[in-house]
Amino acid sequence: MRLSEHIYRTISSIRGPLLSVERVFNARAGEIVRIVRPDGEAVDGEVLKIEGESVLVQVFGETRGLGMDAPVAFTDGVKMAPLSPDMIGRVFDGSFHPIDGSPPFIPARWTPATGQPINPTARARPEEFIETGITAIDALNTLVKGQKLPVFSCAGLPSREVAAAVLQNARLAGGGEFVVVFVALGLTHHDYSFYMESLAEMRTGFVAFVNRADEPVVERLLAPRFGLAAAEYLAFDRGMDVLVLITDMTNYCDALREVSTAREELPGRRGYPGYMYSDLASLYERAGRIKGMAGSVTMLPVVTMPEDDITHPIPDLTGYITEGQIVLSRELHQKGVFPPVDVLPSLSRLMQRGIGAGHTRGDHRAIADLLYRHYAKGRELRRLEAIVGREGMTAGDRVMLDLAEAFERELIHQGDTRRDISGSLDRGVELLKRFSLEGA
Amino acid sequence: MTGRIVAISGPTVTVDLKGVKLYDMVRVGEAMLIGEVVRLERERAVVQVYEDTRGLGVHELARGLDKPLTVRLGPGLLSGMFDGLQRPMERLFRQCGPFICSGSDLTPLDQERQWRFFPLARVGEEVAPFDVIGYVEEGAFRHLLTAGASGTIGRLADGEFNLTQPVGAFADGREITAIREWPVRKPRPYRRKLSPALPLVTGQRAVDFLFPLARGGTAVFPGGFGTGKTVLEQAVAKFSAVDLVVYVGCGERGNEMAELLDEFTAMSDPWSGKPLMERTIVVVNTSNMPVAAREASIYTAVAMAEYYRDMGYHVLLLADSISRWAEALREISSSLEEMPGEEGYPTYLASRLSGFFERAGVVETMNGGIGSLSMVLSVSPPGGDFTEPVTQACLRTAGAFFMLDTSLAHRRHFPAINWFQSYSLYERNIVRHFTAEVSPRWEELQRRCREMLQREESLREVAEIVGIEGLQDADRLLMKVAERIRLEFLCQNAYTEDAFSTPEQTAAKIGEILEFHDRAAERLKEGILLDEVLKG
Ligand SMILES: Nc1ncnc2c1ncn2[C@@H]1O[C@H](COP(=O)(O)OP(=O)(O)OP(=O)(O)O)[C@@H](O)[C@H]1O
Ligand SMILES: [Mg+2]
Repeated sequence: MRLSEHIYRTISSIRGPLLSVERVFNARAGEIVRIVRPDGEAVDGEVLKIEGESVLVQVFGETRGLGMDAPVAFTDGVKMAPLSPDMIGRVFDGSFHPIDGSPPFIPARWTPATGQPINPTARARPEEFIETGITAIDALNTLVKGQKLPVFSCAGLPSREVAAAVLQNARLAGGGEFVVVFVALGLTHHDYSFYMESLAEMRTGFVAFVNRADEPVVERLLAPRFGLAAAEYLAFDRGMDVLVLITDMTNYCDALREVSTAREELPGRRGYPGYMYSDLASLYERAGRIKGMAGSVTMLPVVTMPEDDITHPIPDLTGYITEGQIVLSRELHQKGVFPPVDVLPSLSRLMQRGIGAGHTRGDHRAIADLLYRHYAKGRELRRLEAIVGREGMTAGDRVMLDLAEAFERELIHQGDTRRDISGSLDRGVELLKRFSLEGA
Repeated sequence: MTGRIVAISGPTVTVDLKGVKLYDMVRVGEAMLIGEVVRLERERAVVQVYEDTRGLGVHELARGLDKPLTVRLGPGLLSGMFDGLQRPMERLFRQCGPFICSGSDLTPLDQERQWRFFPLARVGEEVAPFDVIGYVEEGAFRHLLTAGASGTIGRLADGEFNLTQPVGAFADGREITAIREWPVRKPRPYRRKLSPALPLVTGQRAVDFLFPLARGGTAVFPGGFGTGKTVLEQAVAKFSAVDLVVYVGCGERGNEMAELLDEFTAMSDPWSGKPLMERTIVVVNTSNMPVAAREASIYTAVAMAEYYRDMGYHVLLLADSISRWAEALREISSSLEEMPGEEGYPTYLASRLSGFFERAGVVETMNGGIGSLSMVLSVSPPGGDFTEPVTQACLRTAGAFFMLDTSLAHRRHFPAINWFQSYSLYERNIVRHFTAEVSPRWEELQRRCREMLQREESLREVAEIVGIEGLQDADRLLMKVAERIRLEFLCQNAYTEDAFSTPEQTAAKIGEILEFHDRAAERLKEGILLDEVLKG
């Protein structure tokens, strides 16, 4: 262990966000280095690779304007997140520096930004119902506390309105509310202002980490780790229920690809690195609850599916790690349905434990199953209708077609109104009754 | 053997250790992280470290342990949960809290627990290493203990002991202990392999009836995300008619493992009535735990499974998912800068995989018993595309293949096993067995069920052109019955009582649906209208 910082002026190459530094004594993997730019500003970097006395450093900030003579200080520590309840109400950049004009807070604790995996035997099962006020989620794809449930969207769909609606309306059983950790990755100014306005309207507290579209790409990899370190702290040290909204994970993955390419790593599917699954898991798996501890981390990442393709590596690997997905559909959006949730490919894998008597209502499972089954049937018949025409179909089939239509327009569509779970389920029952389908 | 770290790149650490052997274990750095030598170059050894290397510095010490990655085998493995390096997760939780700490050297077996030793060998007897000398009762199981070496038995205990104490000694004074160490990558020996001929009943109708498994056989089921792999793995783990289950959560979710622990602790084995957890060993390396240990985890698991097989038990090894193992292999290979094969996987992917599958089978054990090790593995193909290398490599070696179908899953048809594309090479033998032992109509019912599903498919194509109204009544009846087969017979909701079905119940259920069809067809012939007939 070295006791002080060591400063080197031995940069031998600069490629994008990567620096090589020579003749470094005793570097550590993951060690944080500080590089001072000619304008006097310091940027941080992290040791990626050590080969004897040559060290490869990934810089988190802007490398433009950096020269080979820049001093590089090795700090002997890994990336740490400063933590304190005073974070609440604050806005930070991707490197955890305040950008809201207020002075830095005094940390109560520091922890490594990457965190440590939760021991599976220490996990408490997520089973507490979260009411989001959205029927497509609450009634059909129920979210529970400690779950990670992404929103799969397409370019041009109102994913941010859906996310904002969840933030503003989410309530715990018994009326508890969430502290929100908002992580913005590569957002345009326009999106950013939209989210900040919604956050400002919230009654509960929030912590925001913002990396905008024109800010350093490498910070995009860091911001969610800081966000999650903050969330874990608020949840497990302070006993709060934390809802983490990360948008947009597609920008995160593109940043990962960009940095991987700069490192000359072997590209995998569509150029994304082969370790993207493990890397995404190191974020998503930080959601959860812990036995004997009060708080929870619930995660709601937003993924924009490139080319509307759910098999694209970003939504694909996300779906392989998260506990379900809420899929938005262009078709429903064009029909004017809001939120445009397509419930067929959507799924909440932890729904089972969070519904029923004592959680929502005793008849929840039965209603959801029936609605689901009949709607799926109606959707399938739509294809047939396109071929043989409505006249070629049996009376029974025509009922299913109408039901599917009503299901979308009345149950899924709700505009800006918030529905509580009872309201959502009652609507479902009413729909089934109208089509005389409440039986089998 | 000690040396120093000279280079670090992610989990790959180069040390200047002389005299170590390939695949030897090494401890590196002040944190004493565990790794395995994966390459030797002149004076240097390249070590794959099983733990997070963040914070590790060059010039820190490295020490060779002069043995390959081994598991410790002995009483007390059952109902335990271990990580890929066989560290006991519950004790780790107690030792270092809810977040996993690195460098721990907790031993997998509880050293304090008291066991009662029952000797079976006699003093003065000549024994070989795999000969049984006695047993302890591990829950409901007779845990056989072997001599571990050749010699003449000089002394045997009879009574209580713990694992720090010997259970006997050879005449020449060497102690006999209850713990064995075994290098995980080396298959445990047996006398000979027998061919799988007996069914492995899973309690899942779609499997047992259409694509039955055999004890000692291997099955894989690939499916995109959300197609029900984990639910199926867990259902098979709960309900299979085997003695013991080793479940590997390989690169998947932490919550699923917590759920498995919870449920298995609360449920009982439907065949023996004993608590389910008592017949289960769980190995877990979730997706966010270190990748190299994920690669090792399936070997750690299979070594423990073989150990119980060697006591004459029927052991089932489940892994969810083998793709995550293959990806770990790929990550390691690429950090070693090996020449990549298809989709970046190393070219030895297929041979490693088939080497692993070869560890399944029915065997005559070294001490003359019969044991079996079956494997049921899930595969997670990227984008749900089955042409990818891992699915293809599995297909070449596995005995049964269930294709999980995303469109069935979207319709909530679970288990989403596609009945046209799946197959089982054990089918012929096992169907004969069920026909003899369960229902004389088994074979006939199976054939008719298949035919109906096939016919439904062709009728559906016709209906898409002429409309369902355009079909004849007999065909419309068949469509209705096929729908019942799908919804009532092939679907099996894992969250209800229906999650488990004995072969007898399975045969009765399909028999009832087919009889309904035959009666209805008769009545149609008598001129009764279809709507009337369908009312029952
Ligand atoms: N037999 C079943 N009965 C009822 N529901 C099921 C069944 N199988 C699967 N499901 C439903 O499908 C969901 C997804 O299943 P599961 O978690 O097993 O998928 P998976 O294939 O393992 O996905 P991944 O590859 O992402 O891990 C479950 O949460 C459950 O809602
Ligand atoms: Mg799964």
